[in-house]
Amino acid sequence: MSMNRLVGETYSKRLFVFWIPLFLFVFVLLFPFFWMLITSIKTDAELYNRRISPFLVRDPTLDHWKLLFNDTLFVQWAWNTLWVACASTGISLFAGVLGGYALSRLVFPGSTIFSIWIFITYLVPPALLFIPLTGVMSFLGLHDSRLSLVFSYPTFLVPFCIWLLIGYFQTIPKELEECARIDGATRIQAMVKIVFPLAIPGILSAGIFAFTLSWNEFLYALVFLSSPENKTVPVGVTGELVLGDVFFWGPLMAGALFGSVPIAIIYSFFVEHYVSGMTGAVKG
Amino acid sequence: MAEILLKDLYKTYGETPAVRGIDLTIAENEFVVLVGPSGCGKTTTLRMIAGLEHITAGDIFIGDRLINDVPPRDRNIAMVFQNYALYPHMTVYENMSFGLRLRKVQKGEIDIRVKEAAEILNIEELLERRPKQLSGGQRQRVAMGRAIVRNPQAFLFDEPLSNLDAKLRVQMRTEIKRIHQRVKTTVVYVTHDQVEAMSLADRIVVMNNGIIEQVGPPQEMYDNPKTRFVAGFIGSPAMNFVPCKLTTNGDGLSIKLTDGVDLKVPGEREKRYRPHVDRDLILGIRPEHLTECRQHTNEQQQDFGCDVSVLEPMGIDTMVFMEIANVEVCARAAPDAVKNPGETMTFTIDMQKMHLIDPSTDTVL
Ligand SMILES: Nc1ncnc2c1ncn2[C@@H]1O[C@H](COP(=O)(O)OP(=O)(O)OP(=O)(O)O)[C@@H](O)[C@H]1O
Ligand SMILES: [Mg+2]
Repeated sequence: MSMNRLVGETYSKRLFVFWIPLFLFVFVLLFPFFWMLITSIKTDAELYNRRISPFLVRDPTLDHWKLLFNDTLFVQWAWNTLWVACASTGISLFAGVLGGYALSRLVFPGSTIFSIWIFITYLVPPALLFIPLTGVMSFLGLHDSRLSLVFSYPTFLVPFCIWLLIGYFQTIPKELEECARIDGATRIQAMVKIVFPLAIPGILSAGIFAFTLSWNEFLYALVFLSSPENKTVPVGVTGELVLGDVFFWGPLMAGALFGSVPIAIIYSFFVEHYVSGMTGAVKG
Repeated sequence: MAEILLKDLYKTYGETPAVRGIDLTIAENEFVVLVGPSGCGKTTTLRMIAGLEHITAGDIFIGDRLINDVPPRDRNIAMVFQNYALYPHMTVYENMSFGLRLRKVQKGEIDIRVKEAAEILNIEELLERRPKQLSGGQRQRVAMGRAIVRNPQAFLFDEPLSNLDAKLRVQMRTEIKRIHQRVKTTVVYVTHDQVEAMSLADRIVVMNNGIIEQVGPPQEMYDNPKTRFVAGFIGSPAMNFVPCKLTTNGDGLSIKLTDGVDLKVPGEREKRYRPHVDRDLILGIRPEHLTECRQHTNEQQQDFGCDVSVLEPMGIDTMVFMEIANVEVCARAAPDAVKNPGETMTFTIDMQKMHLIDPSTDTVL
């Protein structure tokens, strides 16, 4: 986004078309984080007192955070989530990069139908798929194991990555690869030395998306995992900090905040690449 | 540095034929230009030589080696693409050395060869830049440098100048010719611009509709086209085609245009045309051989009058458009001799340079 004033634009017009919308946008985006933060450091007494302003904290406390880290398995959940997200993202990216490359570059009988089928598998809702998958997982002896998630997340991550990457690979001119092959590269070398480096923004976008999806995934984690020490953050926090109809808002919010911060950091870290990955285009 | 031999080459994409039987021998160190209208199969032919396209039928030899099924990297050729295809993530130096690094050439050797090519192309200061930081002309040079460095058996160019502006194109054209004189190699060059073809080629190959119409040195293509297509394609502005009838005129022959103009056929051509007497033919005459009436320098020049309809001054000459026998005809006249539109002007036609075309076969008689 350019911060330069457009020709003929007055400052007051700029205030209305640019600064105010921008401020509203930022406010809406950041408010949940603010709410999570203040809720997690309020005492229960303050939290449930309706006569004071809910936006202020009078008496900050770290009790909820201590409870979360000392009295629950939150650290274990966070570690599980990270482990599962990394492993399934890795698998999906590997398959997605190869599949996306093949479907965008190689013409083989049925390649079009194949890519359409991949898209259709992506459309199968997890709420249907978890039923047969449960059977598969217990057959494989993976019930209540983190591996069950590592193997089931790719069912939606791989099609997703392939589709995103087909589009990205198509923006890379074919001539680059052809030129490399004339220059002396094998097909594989042309792919690894020319196409992949140029596809890094696309691969990063696919990776971030896949990571986020598996980090937040709820349904499979809820169904496949039962022991507290195997749970992921979304399932662990909601499962252990909501007892019946009692919500432990302080630790819940602390867990939610702690769970969303890594994603936010990854986003802001890769945002440059990420945006160019979404818009495609390698300029010659 | 090797001969290239194309033998009865065919290529079809699904049902559509792109190349329909090409026979061509390209000699060692020869600069051959494939030229023809859009879609005539030039790129397809080049890509088959490069190995980027499967051959439907026929054979390609480079040197003595049959390379039909040899992958591109083992053909020892280099190609310059229309959009240059520079690797965006590498510097100019890395772009130029890419092929050598893949072939595991020693670092010192690579350095020498890249520097040498950079010197030939005048791009020594650009070696650390990335393609994005180069102008169109500079990218063009880098793309050629990348080809030169490899010291291949043949260079393939696919319309390398078509993305440049007019002035730079003329400049790079001369540059390419200069480089070819310095780096002696076989070159196959594709363009749809006949001026480029004329100025660069040792031999021109005119293609149309997937077949070769005619092969020959530029001057010969200009002087003696064999088909109507070549006659109309080579030369700018294009040759005029006027319907006519060949008749006897006493002992000699003459060409009658439908609106009554009568042109005497030069004596030495009479024998050639005699079998076609009384047929409807097409007279082909280039604008430069149809000029304002001056003092005759040879007796084969014949005059006739015509009304000028449009003028296009080019500086050195003025193109004069008029109507002869219901066909728009272009003549090339000296600016001071030109009359205004609507006025009648006398033209001279140089009968030594005219062609007669058989409309039923479109061949030049
Ligand atoms: N990949 C392809 N699939 C199907 N048809 C193709 C393909 N490539 C080329 N053709 C067809 O083959 C014919 C020859 O194409 P080619 O690219 O060789 O033309 P060209 O002479 O290079 O034209 P231009 O001057 O426009 O580049 C055209 O009719 C084109 O439509
Ligand atoms: Mg072409």
